[in-house]
Amino acid sequence: MDLGPHAGFIIAAYVTAIAVVGLLIAWVVGDYFAQKRALADLERRGITRRSAEPRPSGVKEPA
Amino acid sequence: MDLHRFANPARFMRLSAAILPWCGAATATLIAVGLYLALFVAPPDYQQGEAVRIMYVHVPAAAMSSVVYGVLALASAIAIIWRHPLADIAAQSAAPIGAAFTLLCLVTGSLWGVKMWGTWWVWDARLTSVLVLFLMYLGLIALWRTIDDPARAGRAAAILTLVGAVNLPVIRFSVDWWNTLHQPASVFRMGGPTIDVSLLIPLFVMGIAFTLLFLTLHLAAMRNEIMRRRVRTLLLTQAERA
Repeated sequence: MDLGPHAGFIIAAYVTAIAVVGLLIAWVVGDYFAQKRALADLERRGITRRSAEPRPSGVKEPA
Repeated sequence: MDLHRFANPARFMRLSAAILPWCGAATATLIAVGLYLALFVAPPDYQQGEAVRIMYVHVPAAAMSSVVYGVLALASAIAIIWRHPLADIAAQSAAPIGAAFTLLCLVTGSLWGVKMWGTWWVWDARLTSVLVLFLMYLGLIALWRTIDDPARAGRAAAILTLVGAVNLPVIRFSVDWWNTLHQPASVFRMGGPTIDVSLLIPLFVMGIAFTLLFLTLHLAAMRNEIMRRRVRTLLLTQAERA
């Protein structure tokens, strides 16, 4: 593939695109694992949502 | 159809978990096909030569920079009118992706412009309005990070987003309203595209690939934000109990 006299600029444009998209993907994936870790850590410490806690006996499930 | 049913965060987490792998696979495939067409199949332009290949990343990025802001504005309007938390989350999650597309548009446009126009930058209406769009995205991200309470931050950001939406028609029609160095519309215009079909097909493939990329990243970022808010709520509940 011969990109001619503008090769440097064409390659720079595609490298920028790969870098920007790569950083976006890294941010989303990194954030996912960070939030998953934080939720798992809270669960391990017994901190859960009220709706996830077992209901005391005699209390009915909401309709 | 009751759309509120699908706007429930728990339901959204289930649905998005099922959709996300398919979106990711379709995005990767289309990007690979698009890059192959753009770099190896599309012919050089009769005037611009090989430099026209920059178009295949610049134009989809430019289109997505406006489309994402449109999504943000729509989500903000829904968040203000119906106060739906998922709409607020959709708006918040779209902003960094929109900022990235706009940055990509500005950088690739500059690289293209220096060869075709002989300058990296001019303060013409199109380039300046896109720069304003980029600054709007950065401002919105900063606003969401400045206010601690997501509900309050969401309301403030929604109002700012809707005010900033006035920039969208300015971007679109700037090349018609003012005398700009940037060329007028050549793809989405009355009377059809002015680009040859051999250049247009790779451009459309890349356009669809970028749209799918946004959809995939947006769904994933929304899931992350829902989890972040769950963590915040749990920590606040724990602090209240203590």
